[in-house]
Amino acid sequence: MPVLTIVYACLFYAAAAVLVAGFAWKVAEYWRAPAPLKIPTTPAPATPAGAAVRVAREVVLFESLFRANKWIWLFGWLFHVALALVLLRHLRYFQDPVWGVVALAQPFGIYAGFAMLAGLAGLWARRFLVERIRYISTASDHLMLALLVAIAASGLAMKYVAHTDVVAVKAFMLGLLVFDWQPLPADPVLLVHLALVALLMAVFPASKLLHAPGVFFSPTRNQADDSRERRHVAA
Amino acid sequence: MATAAVQAPPLREYPVIPILARDAMAGSRPYPASEKMNEALGFPGKLVDGWREKAVLKIGELVAKNRGLRVFLDACVHCGACTDKCHYFLGTGDPKNMPVARQDLFRKVYRRYFTLGGKLFPKLVGAEDLTESVLEDWYRYFNQCSECRRCSVYCPYGIDTAEITMAAKEVMDSIGVGQKYTNEIIGKVHKIGNNLGLPGPALKNTLETLEEEVKEETGQDVRFPLDEKGAEVLVVTPSADFFAEPHVYSLVGYAKVFHAAGIRWTLSSHASEAANFGVFIGSQAQMKAIAGRVREAALELGVRRLVVGECGHAWRVAYSFWNTLIGPFDFLDSRYPVPQHICELTYDLIERGAITFDREKNDAHVVTFHDSCNVARASGMGGLPRGQFIIPRAVIRAAANHFHDMAPETIHEHTFCCGGGGGLLTDELLELRVKGALPRMEALQKVVDEHGVNFMATICAICKAQFAKVLPYYKFDMGMIGGVHQLVSNAIRLGRND
Repeated sequence: MPVLTIVYACLFYAAAAVLVAGFAWKVAEYWRAPAPLKIPTTPAPATPAGAAVRVAREVVLFESLFRANKWIWLFGWLFHVALALVLLRHLRYFQDPVWGVVALAQPFGIYAGFAMLAGLAGLWARRFLVERIRYISTASDHLMLALLVAIAASGLAMKYVAHTDVVAVKAFMLGLLVFDWQPLPADPVLLVHLALVALLMAVFPASKLLHAPGVFFSPTRNQADDSRERRHVAA
Repeated sequence: MATAAVQAPPLREYPVIPILARDAMAGSRPYPASEKMNEALGFPGKLVDGWREKAVLKIGELVAKNRGLRVFLDACVHCGACTDKCHYFLGTGDPKNMPVARQDLFRKVYRRYFTLGGKLFPKLVGAEDLTESVLEDWYRYFNQCSECRRCSVYCPYGIDTAEITMAAKEVMDSIGVGQKYTNEIIGKVHKIGNNLGLPGPALKNTLETLEEEVKEETGQDVRFPLDEKGAEVLVVTPSADFFAEPHVYSLVGYAKVFHAAGIRWTLSSHASEAANFGVFIGSQAQMKAIAGRVREAALELGVRRLVVGECGHAWRVAYSFWNTLIGPFDFLDSRYPVPQHICELTYDLIERGAITFDREKNDAHVVTFHDSCNVARASGMGGLPRGQFIIPRAVIRAAANHFHDMAPETIHEHTFCCGGGGGLLTDELLELRVKGALPRMEALQKVVDEHGVNFMATICAICKAQFAKVLPYYKFDMGMIGGVHQLVSNAIRLGRND
């Protein structure tokens, strides 16, 4: 078994463990903390079901962001939808046989790779060009964008510049899932791509990527406007 | 005091986002509360020994007991959507008045002490120790947030800067750094029953004088009852309504509505204040203690209904929090909403034809309506979607012939704060208040130019006081501001309706 394969196998187990445990820890924190008062922001639906729909609209359409700023919405939404498609496309490395929807997503996933880069480029440009956003940007904001751009660029590079043996990569990934390690191709671009993805997984629970679970727990969005009808008592 | 030198920024025809003016408002600082004022609320009198450790412990306590705060501190991605939404930023250009930057004053400390990234790589993630200069920034800039929640409407995660401002004030109070205006007033409520420190006998006098004046003006025996047991309705209203102008004209309006509809009502000397500054300092304990007086008065007087007068944050506390803090209200008449806003009550009576108007009596007024932030973004009315926007306007239209809304991006949930909310309605913050009113003044100027608007109605005691003070800085007449029930008072038909 090549050392490289062992290193990357361990890297992915560690990254996945950090991601899952950290994510679960944070979600548990949000879950356990009580919401002492009703603080939904207008326009708040009158029922819990309506509030759930509101959260779904925020997650899928970025409704509030759309009302706030069309440029941020355009780049941000483009990036996230493209990311979703790219992730869907990548599912093929983890399943055999491949789901129909994943097979269907393959050609779109390629374009999505470029769309993702375009969205990231737009968001990053704003961090330099818009004075207000330049003021609030921290080093980690830039690094997060750099990380995502590097992941997308290295991924596209494997498609268009330096092909890698995707059949072997799939065998490696499927092997990881059942603890039956298979050799990983030693292509530099692939190794960079995978290492950066592992890094992203590991920093997820300790970074602003927590906006992903956070949006579901945000009381201004997920509470119903029914404070007079139903007495709210903090759990 | 430097108040005489305060200059209003020029009104612009097309408002643009200002260029950053670093530290433009670094000198804006409210008076600190005295030891006595802090201690009266159970806070340490002055900055305590070991304040840093105690503040950090307090932050930990707050994030553990408030899901919203925890999520808001973690979730921000610095996208910038909120950066041009705060009226104080738009009026001052100070970057620390951008909502995200204001939040980051708190967030950087949270990160330093409570997150892995902040503990290991503080520089990288923008984490910072809680130093004296950070605490000073907190005191200055969390007292430049009116907790209006406009930024929260636009945030993709609903992050509510008001919640973070409240948390910061709670932390500061817990280490002895209280703000004079809010803490002194809360002390008065506990001691006397209202923000103005108006004792029962003085209140009784004021109300009797009002009865005489209204009798003289209308020939009708419109009553202003105080502490009348067995009344159907207890009205809880901001104490400014008892003698400040233009507030008192709305109180006359409420009395005339009850008179015309034949509803027995009363005010209470024990609960002679609807305002609840506990919310401004983020203290649920204070909020509960202040609101508790209302429950006590309602039980003592044996009323069947609770109605709240024209006050923005009071309506938020009543509508959104009372049920949690001082409920359940099973001793009240369940056929009516508890609590009910005075506009809801008047609107119902209008709909049922129980009160009618001579609208032309308001013909001298060309009216617009300023949505108050807490009503617009943190409460509702009438149990219908957007009722808090529909109902006050419907009441105005029933009482006046000429009404024009301001630009759509400046009303409803997009409304701009008057510039004086959140416990900032104090003279040493006048520069902030004048500059913070800029976006509203620009929208007002437009309807003045286009429609000849000469009256801005609102349903908030703070808005009324703030605009009365600030309008002249923008060359408007201070008499332009008034209450919705002031218009009702002008035009309502008293005596028999047939």
